[in-house]
Amino acid sequence: MSDALSWYIIVLTLGNIAACWWLIRWTARPRPGEAAAGETTGHVWDGDLKEYNNPLPRWWLGLFYVTIVFALVYLALYPGLGKWQGLLGWSSAGQYEEEMRRAEAKYGPIFQRYASMPIVALAKDEEAMAAGRRLFMTYCAVCHGSDARGGPGFPNLADEDWLWGGDPESIKKSILDGRQAMMPAWGKTLGEQGVEEVAAYVLSLSGRQADPRLVEAGRQKYRTYCASCHGADGKGNPLMGAPNLTDGIWLYGGSPATIKETIRNGRKGRMPAHRALLGEEKAHLLAAYVWSLSRRGEER
Amino acid sequence: MSTSATAETYNYKVVRQFTIMTVVWGIVGMAVGVFIAAQLVWPELNFGIPWLTYSRLRPLHTNAVIFAFGGSALFATSYYVVQRTCHVRLFSDKLAAFTFWGWQAVIVLAAVTLPLGYTTSKEYAELEWPIDVLITVVWVAYAIVFFGTLARRRTPHIYVANWFYGAFILTIALLHVVNSAAVPVSWFKSYSVYAGAIDAMVQWWYGHNAVGFFLTAGFLGMMYYFVPKQAGRPVYSYRLSVVHFWALISLYMWAGPHHLHYTALPDWAQSLGMVFSLMLLAPSWGGMINGIMTLSGAWHKLRTDPIIRFLIVSLSFYGMSTFEGPMMSIKTVNALSHYTDWTIGHVHSGALGWVGLVTIGSVYALLPRLFGREQMHSIKAIEAHFWLATIGIVLYIAAMWIAGVMQGLMWRAVNEDGTLTYSFVESLKAMYPYYTVRFLGGVLYLSGMLLMAWNVWKTVSGARPAEAPVPQAA
Repeated sequence: MSDALSWYIIVLTLGNIAACWWLIRWTARPRPGEAAAGETTGHVWDGDLKEYNNPLPRWWLGLFYVTIVFALVYLALYPGLGKWQGLLGWSSAGQYEEEMRRAEAKYGPIFQRYASMPIVALAKDEEAMAAGRRLFMTYCAVCHGSDARGGPGFPNLADEDWLWGGDPESIKKSILDGRQAMMPAWGKTLGEQGVEEVAAYVLSLSGRQADPRLVEAGRQKYRTYCASCHGADGKGNPLMGAPNLTDGIWLYGGSPATIKETIRNGRKGRMPAHRALLGEEKAHLLAAYVWSLSRRGEER
Repeated sequence: MSTSATAETYNYKVVRQFTIMTVVWGIVGMAVGVFIAAQLVWPELNFGIPWLTYSRLRPLHTNAVIFAFGGSALFATSYYVVQRTCHVRLFSDKLAAFTFWGWQAVIVLAAVTLPLGYTTSKEYAELEWPIDVLITVVWVAYAIVFFGTLARRRTPHIYVANWFYGAFILTIALLHVVNSAAVPVSWFKSYSVYAGAIDAMVQWWYGHNAVGFFLTAGFLGMMYYFVPKQAGRPVYSYRLSVVHFWALISLYMWAGPHHLHYTALPDWAQSLGMVFSLMLLAPSWGGMINGIMTLSGAWHKLRTDPIIRFLIVSLSFYGMSTFEGPMMSIKTVNALSHYTDWTIGHVHSGALGWVGLVTIGSVYALLPRLFGREQMHSIKAIEAHFWLATIGIVLYIAAMWIAGVMQGLMWRAVNEDGTLTYSFVESLKAMYPYYTVRFLGGVLYLSGMLLMAWNVWKTVSGARPAEAPVPQAA
């Protein structure tokens, strides 16, 4: 902030407050020649509209003065008057850092202990999983759902199907650094007939009914355009998050129309990175919780 | 100037038009409000139709109640009051007629474009730039009619109601032009000329002064005419009028930053927003005191005259909201209340309680005079309307207080390990009973308006438009 702006703010602020102070002092004082209490000012509008000139209620004046004094004291103690930082040295950023420091001192050791445990062991610790579940509800449930079963475009985390790998370290990496999937739009390259054919072949990969002639035509195109990511066998590739097309699990929906839409216009799935927001330790705990979701069957 | 053969009359035509539209738009705006309140309880009520979704109807609700209902009421009463207290006909009948049709066009355009999804995304300033230009033209015409009439007044002094109407008209012009400044990219898309925190600050400078000057100063003008008129008593204190007018309009200008506590807005601006909001308490209450104390010596009218009851209870809600507002502007209180339904409750105690009731009371007082009737068709219906409205408000704001404080506490609750005790969805689930009560409160308030519409219809039908002569200077 420049000095000029700072002084501009100070002068305007204090000037307005001083003007209010002067205004109430000036109007509170009786002046000779004006109407006394209980008499009207003598002005009449619209036949019968008149005004008394009663004195300002004392409690009301007191209230006004108290708020002005409070404002002045506050502006002495806290930032407000331009560059003046206030006698207390308070700032909202400082308050945030202080609160974060206190929280870290209080809660940090809990998560440090969890972070020192291997994910597989952590997933068996009931207390840790309760904490992990609470973190999940705060940070993950908005997209993946309270039950972690996801929705269109948001993967189901409670099944055993993984786009980017389901081992503990892959899950942790997904949480910390995010994932960016990239299904290109093939509509222009394939043409509408080509989209029909490839969709028919994709349907056949999971054993669904499709026109055999379309499937056959689609097989060739699949090898040319799709196999490099989804694999010749259609089982996908976790290195680039290419989904398995043979298992009947559909991220964006498995109806023929939706599959054609996906082929035609592509998809850009994005899992945001949480490293800056959560930090390594909480991501570790969350990875254990998410990993445990697909292992529930084994425990039972 | 020569005296004309036929006696000069006041222009009641434009007042009648705006008064009737006040009731019509009140019902429309509040019905949309009740509908979206129902959607918060039963989300499937949008039937999967984009233009029935909450996100598009909510700005329609706010624009309809503030600018269509409130705006029509302010046009109607300011045109009536400025003529009656200046003892002169409106400056220009043609311009006044233009403001009526222009303002109705703005409202209709808003009612079409907002559900279609055209929005600048600035709260209470959602309308796209061609409509903003039309608003500006209408508003300039309004200012010419109002101040032109004031300039030709035959009374030596300007009546206090006109100070407030004048401040409202001038300031809204300034707020609207500055905040709506945008770069158009097509007929229905524009980008604000401001960016980031500056955009936010300009938006809330506008937003809070829309409350301060549209919903407060304008309606104080209404109050300063209809309360002493209906009570038949002089205004309590001229000097209180002076001090609270100047303090109110100078301090309100600074209050906007309290909408941006704990954000990217610099600390100094937040602090100024807070302390000026606190200093607003006394000037706001000055208006309440001046209104309520005007009744001293005529308290019995509260029992016998439901119109007086509307006006005085509106002032009580005004006092309550203007106490609550400064409290909520304190940073530590705001840390709890911000982003919760407490804010919604606060706004509606002002909107339903103050703006709504003072408007309804004034229309009941004004309408018979415009149509040459002694009084409204049914006083019993006014009585019933008063209770429907009051109980509706109490249900609404009590529900929102509980909901808001509960949300604030649930969002900040943490466990032993520092994780949040409640997920957001849990806090939303806890809102169901309160959202239901709020919906019921809205239904009661709306049904009062429907009763009013019936009463207005019975009063107006068969009546001849009244003409009132301008008093000639002695």
